[in-house]
Amino acid sequence: MTTARAAAIILAKELRLEFRTRELLNATVIFSLIVVVLFSFAFEPTAAESRRYGPGLLWIAFLFAGSLMLHPSFSREQTNSTLDALRMAPISSFSILLGKMLANFVFLSLAEIVVVPVFSVLYNVSLTGVVARLILVLVLGTLGLVITGTVFSAVSAHARMRELLLPILLLPILAPLLIAAVEATASLLTDEPSHFGTWVAFLAGFDVVFMTVSWLLCDYLVEE
Amino acid sequence: MKLRFVGTIAAALLIMFAGYAALFIAPEERTMHEIQRIFYFHLASWITSFTAFFIAFVANAAYLATRRAKWDWLGVAGAEVGVACCTIGLITGPLWARPVWGIWWTWDARLTTTFILWLLYISYLLLRGLIEDPQRRATLSAIYGVFAFLDVPLVYMANRLWRTQHPQPVILGGSGSGLDPVMSKVLLVCVIASFGVMTLGFLDRYRLEQLRHECEELRQEVESRAIESQSISKKGQT
Amino acid sequence: MAASSTNLAPATRSVGLRFERVEKRFGSLWALRGVSLQIHAGEFVALLGPNGAGKTTLLRIAALLMSPTSGIVQFAALEPQNSKVTFDGPPGTTEMQPLGAKRVIGMVGHNTLVYDELTAVENLTLFAQLYGLDDVAARVATSIEACGLASRGDSVVRTFSRGMRQRLSIARALLHDPRLLLLDEPAAGLDRQGLAWFGATLERLRVDGCTVLMSTHARNESLDLATRAVSIASGRIEQDSGTGGDPRPLLAVLRAEA
Repeated sequence: MTTARAAAIILAKELRLEFRTRELLNATVIFSLIVVVLFSFAFEPTAAESRRYGPGLLWIAFLFAGSLMLHPSFSREQTNSTLDALRMAPISSFSILLGKMLANFVFLSLAEIVVVPVFSVLYNVSLTGVVARLILVLVLGTLGLVITGTVFSAVSAHARMRELLLPILLLPILAPLLIAAVEATASLLTDEPSHFGTWVAFLAGFDVVFMTVSWLLCDYLVEE
Repeated sequence: MKLRFVGTIAAALLIMFAGYAALFIAPEERTMHEIQRIFYFHLASWITSFTAFFIAFVANAAYLATRRAKWDWLGVAGAEVGVACCTIGLITGPLWARPVWGIWWTWDARLTTTFILWLLYISYLLLRGLIEDPQRRATLSAIYGVFAFLDVPLVYMANRLWRTQHPQPVILGGSGSGLDPVMSKVLLVCVIASFGVMTLGFLDRYRLEQLRHECEELRQEVESRAIESQSISKKGQT
Repeated sequence: MAASSTNLAPATRSVGLRFERVEKRFGSLWALRGVSLQIHAGEFVALLGPNGAGKTTLLRIAALLMSPTSGIVQFAALEPQNSKVTFDGPPGTTEMQPLGAKRVIGMVGHNTLVYDELTAVENLTLFAQLYGLDDVAARVATSIEACGLASRGDSVVRTFSRGMRQRLSIARALLHDPRLLLLDEPAAGLDRQGLAWFGATLERLRVDGCTVLMSTHARNESLDLATRAVSIASGRIEQDSGTGGDPRPLLAVLRAEA
C-alpha cells in the first residue's frame, strides 16, 4: 500500500470522526470569530488602517485558533490506544502523520472560509481582485501551520498540560510564517509596493523545510 | 577531580580578569563612553549562547540517530547553558541600548532572532519538565530541539526580508567595525573567558544529568531485587 | 511460493516467531531480560506469569509496537509441510520484513483498539482498508456476522457494552486473516455468548495452522487448546514445556496457584 493511499484512508477516518460531532470545528470557527471581533473593541481602525493592520489580526486569529485546535490530533488516539492499532497496520508512520496533517488542513481551511469574509465585512476591507492570490497565501500559510502543529500535537500528547503546551511550543516556531503570511496578505490589500512573490516563495520554503524534517523524523514521532 | 578543580579556578580567574580588563584596561569609547564597556560581555554572551544551542542541536540529532542517553544529557546541558547566556545577552542589550540610542529594544533581525531563540529553548526546557518517562522525554524533546534550531535561520531570513522592505533607522552598527586594537584584545579575552564559564556549565550540567540517571538505575535495581527476594521467600513458603 | 518478503502467497499459511536474547528496559526498569524463545508455526503457546512479569511487553514487541532495547526479533513464513521454524534459511522459509510481518499479525490487547465514535462497521471497514484487503464490504459483513454484532453494526461503539466491545476488538484482530495471533487477556469482559464464539474461533484457527501466543493468568478454558506452556517472571522465562512437549503439568501447577 502506498503512503498516499494509506494517508487518504486515514484522512477519511479523521474527517468522518470530526464531522460526526463537529465539536472541534465549531469551536475553532467561533474562537476565530471572537478574536476578530474583540480586536474591533480594542481599537476602531479606519478603512486604511484596517487594510494595513487587518492581515496581522487575521493571521493571529488563525494561529491562536489553530494551535488550540490541533492538539486532539494525537491525544485523541490515546483513547482505547487506537494509535497502536494504526501502528500495527502495514502502513508507514509517515502516512499516519500525513493523513492527520491533511485532515487538520481541511478543518482549518473551513474555519478560514467562514472567518475571512466576516473579517472583510466587519473591517470594510475589499477583497475583489485579490481572491485567487489571497487563497494562495492562505493555503501556504495554513499548510505551514498544520505541518508543524500536527508534529507538535504528537510531541505534546505524552506530556502533562498538553493543551497549553502545544501553543507554547508552536507559536515561537511559527514566527517566520506569521511575518511572511502577514506581509503577503498586506501586500494584496494595501497600495504599498508589492513583494508578494518573495513572501509567497518564503512561505513555500518554510513548508518544504518542515515537511522534510517531519518526514525524516516521523518514525520517532509515532513510536511508543 | 583535580583537573576539574584546577579548571574551575582557572575559569574563575579568567572571567575576573576579563571583567577587570573590560572595566579598566579597555580605553574609553569616544561616543558612548563608559556604558560601552558592557559590549564586551554582551557580544561574548551571544557567541556562547549560540554555540551552546548549536551543540544542543547536534546532540539532539545524535540522540535520535543513536539513542544513547549521553546525547540527551548533552542536549539538555546545551539548552540550559544557552538559555542562561542568552538571558545575559537579552539583559545587557537593552541596558546598553537605552542610554546610547534612547530606546530599550528594537525588532531588528538579530534581536528578534535572539529573542525567539530564547523562547524556543525555554519551551524546550518546559517540555522536558512535563514528560515523566525518561526515554520519551529524550526522544520528544530531541525532535522539538531539531525543529527549533532549524527555525532560527528562517526567523532571521524573514526579519531581514521584512527589514529590506521597511527600512528602519540603522541603530546597531556592525559590532566589529573598526575596533581599536586594545578593544579587540579585551573582546577576545572576554569571549575566551565566557567560553570557559560556558564549558564549566556544560560539564556540570552534563554530570548532574548523568548522576540523576545513575541514581535512578540504582533505585530500580534495589526495587527489583526487593521484589525478587520477596517472591523467592513466598515460593519457599508454599 | 512467495519469494518476496512483503507478499504472502496463499499457500504459505504458517508463521513462526523467534526472540533471541531480547531485552527491554523502560528508563531504569528492566521489563524483559535475556528472553530467548522460538515459536514454531502452528504452535499454540500459553504465556503465563504474574502481573508485571513482562508478558504484555513481550507481546507488544512481537506485535512490532516497540523495538527491543537489545536482541533480535524475527518472523518467518513457512510452507505448510515445514512446521519447524529454522531461521537459518533452508528452502521453504522466508524471513519477513516488518511491513510484511504486520500484514499477518493480529493482536488483541488490554485496550479495545477501536474508535468509540465510529460504528462497528466503520471501524472494521477502516482496518480492512488499512490492511489492503480485497472486497472490503464482504469481509466486513462476514466478520460482523461471525462475532454476533450484525444487529448493532451501525451503532457507534460508544453505545456498546463491555462484552460487545471486546468482541469487536477480537473481530478487528482477526479481520485480515492473521497467521500469528497475539492475545493479551483476550477473554476479559466477554459475556457467555462471546466466550463461546471466541473458543470456537480459536479452535478453528488452531486447526487451520495459525500460530497463537496467548497471555493469561486466570483460569481460562481456552488453555485447553494450548500445545505449549511458557511461564515468565521478572522479565525472564522460567519454565517452558517445549515444542512437542506436554503443557498440561505446567498448566496444572499454574492453575493451582491462581
